[in-house]
Amino acid sequence: MKNVPVLLPDHSYVELLNVDLSDDFLLPLYSCQVSAGFPSPADDYLELQISITDIVTKNPRSTYFVRVHGDSMEDVHIPDGSVLAVDRSLEVVSGNIIIAIVNQEFTVKRYMKRKGKAYLVPENKKYQPLEITPEMDFEVWGRVVMVMHNP
Amino acid sequence: MTSLFALVDCNNFYASCQRLFRPDLRTKPIVVLSNNDGCVIARSNEAKGLGIKMGDPFFQIKELIKQHDITYFSSNYELYGDMSFRVVETLRTFTPNIEVYSVDESFLDLGDFKFLDLPSYARNIKNTVKRDVGVPVCVGVAPTKTLAKIANRLAKKSTKADGVLILTDPYHIEAALKRTAVEDVWGVGRQYAKFLSSYGITTAFELKNAKDAWIKKHCSVFMLRTVKELRGEPCADLEVNPEDKQNICTSRSFGEYVTELPEIMEAVTSHASKCASKLRKQNSCAKQIEVFISTNRYSDHPFYHNIKKIILPTATNSNLELIKYAKIGLEQIFIPGYLYKKAGVLVSDIMPADNVQLNLLDTTDHAKEQTLMQFIDGLTDKFGKDTVRVACQGTGQKKDWNLKREHVSPCYTTRLDQILTIRI
Repeated sequence: MKNVPVLLPDHSYVELLNVDLSDDFLLPLYSCQVSAGFPSPADDYLELQISITDIVTKNPRSTYFVRVHGDSMEDVHIPDGSVLAVDRSLEVVSGNIIIAIVNQEFTVKRYMKRKGKAYLVPENKKYQPLEITPEMDFEVWGRVVMVMHNP
Repeated sequence: MTSLFALVDCNNFYASCQRLFRPDLRTKPIVVLSNNDGCVIARSNEAKGLGIKMGDPFFQIKELIKQHDITYFSSNYELYGDMSFRVVETLRTFTPNIEVYSVDESFLDLGDFKFLDLPSYARNIKNTVKRDVGVPVCVGVAPTKTLAKIANRLAKKSTKADGVLILTDPYHIEAALKRTAVEDVWGVGRQYAKFLSSYGITTAFELKNAKDAWIKKHCSVFMLRTVKELRGEPCADLEVNPEDKQNICTSRSFGEYVTELPEIMEAVTSHASKCASKLRKQNSCAKQIEVFISTNRYSDHPFYHNIKKIILPTATNSNLELIKYAKIGLEQIFIPGYLYKKAGVLVSDIMPADNVQLNLLDTTDHAKEQTLMQFIDGLTDKFGKDTVRVACQGTGQKKDWNLKREHVSPCYTTRLDQILTIRI
C-alpha cells in the first residue's frame, strides 16, 4: 500500500493513508456515562429519607442501646425483651426512667425524689422501691429516651 | 498560625471503653491485649499499680493475672472505633477546628476564641466527654502543640491538676519543662533521648535552651521545629484531614511467621478486598496499588522488605481487579526462605467513582462487576465482613496469618445482637 500525496492550494501537501477496506477490523466501543433522556420532575423536591435516628434520639453521639430482660417495668410498657435508647447527656430529674448502676450492676427504674429522699421505683406491683442512700454504691448511667418492642 | 491549642486525650482509652459497659470492673485491674493477644496495649490504673507495663507479653503476666484476678480483653477495634468517633463528635461541639491525631487524641485549635476562661472551658470539655460518652479524658492547653502535649501529660499525672492543665504563663511553662524528661517530649524518641543525654540534655527545659545551630547540625530540622515549639513558637498548624482518604492502606502483622507464598497470597488478597470495599464506601476508585511484605525488623533473622507499585489501566474499586493486580505484585516481590511477619496493600491516586475514564482497550465488563460488588457489599452489611470472599482469600478458618482474638468483648455499640443486656 502506498501513501497517496495530495497537493494543497498553497503548494504543500498531505499524505493520505491508503487503507484496504476489504479487511474487517473491530474498533472497541468507547463507553462513558452519558446523561440522556428527560430529567425527573421530582429532582427538585428530593429530600433525605426519614432517618430512624431522628425519631429515637436528639443526640446520637451520647446515645446507646440496651436490651432488657425482666418484668419489673411492665406497667409502663417496657416488657421483657425491649430495646431501650439511653441518652447520657440529659439531665435526670424526678420522674425520669433511667439506667443506673447499683452495687456494680445495671438496672432500669424510675428515678423519684420525695421529701428530700431519692428512690429507684419499679413499675410492677410485685416489686418494692429502693431508697438511694448516700452510702450506697449508686450512679446514674443515662436517661431512657425511647422504648422499642414488638406490638 | 494560631497561638492556642488544646490536646484532649482519653485515659487508658481501650480499658476505659471496656469499663463503660462493665460497672463491675470500675475499680478493678484490667488489661487489653494487642493483635493476636500478644501483649498489653492498655491498662487500667489499678493494673498499672500492679507493675504491669505497656508492651508486657501476655504469657509473662499470666501469674499476676491469676494472683490478682485481673480481667483481660482482646482488642475490640469495632468498639474502640465507634467510641473514638463519639468522643470526636463531642469535641466538635466545642470547636469545628479539630485535628484527630490518633484514635484517642485530638488537637483543638482555640486560637480564634478571644477572652476565653481557659480553665473553665477545659474543665467543661473534660466533664462533657465523661458525661456524654462515658470515657474519662485529660485536657492540656498551651500556645503550641508540643507544649499542649506536655501540659496534657502533666494534667494526667498530677492529682492537683485533676485532668486539666493550662500552660500559658511563662513561669508555669518553665516549671513544666523542667519536670519533663527529654524522651517524653513529642518528637523525641528513645534514640534521640540517649544521644541528647550524652550531651547533658535530659529535660525539656535543657532542650529548649539548646542553640539552633547545634540542633540543626547534630539532629534534624524536625528536632529544630520541636525546640521552637518548646519555646512557644508554633511551627505546626492543625492538620485537618480531608473528607476522602487520599490513600487507603490495609495491612496486618501475622499471628505466626509465614514462609509460603500461598499463605501470604491469602493475606494480601484479603487486604486488597478490604481496600476495595473501603473505596466503594466512599464512592471512589483508585488508579494505583502497592503491595508490600516484610520480615520482622526487630528479630535476629535476616531482614527483607519490599514494595511493588502498579499503575492500573483504569481506576477501579472492584475486588476482582484489585486482587488480580495485588497477586501480580506479590509474585514479583516474594522471595522464599524468609520468615515474613507482615503484609499489606495500599491503594492511591484516588478519584471519585463518577470521574473514572474508561480505557479504550479495556475489556472488563465494569457494569457487571459493579453489580456484583454492590451485591457483595449488601451481604457484608447484613451478615458481617468476609461473608463472601474471592477463592484465593482462603476459607477464613484459623490460619497462621489470622488475628487471634480469643477474649474479645461484645461490640456493644456497633452490632444490634451484641448490645448490653440488663436484668430489670
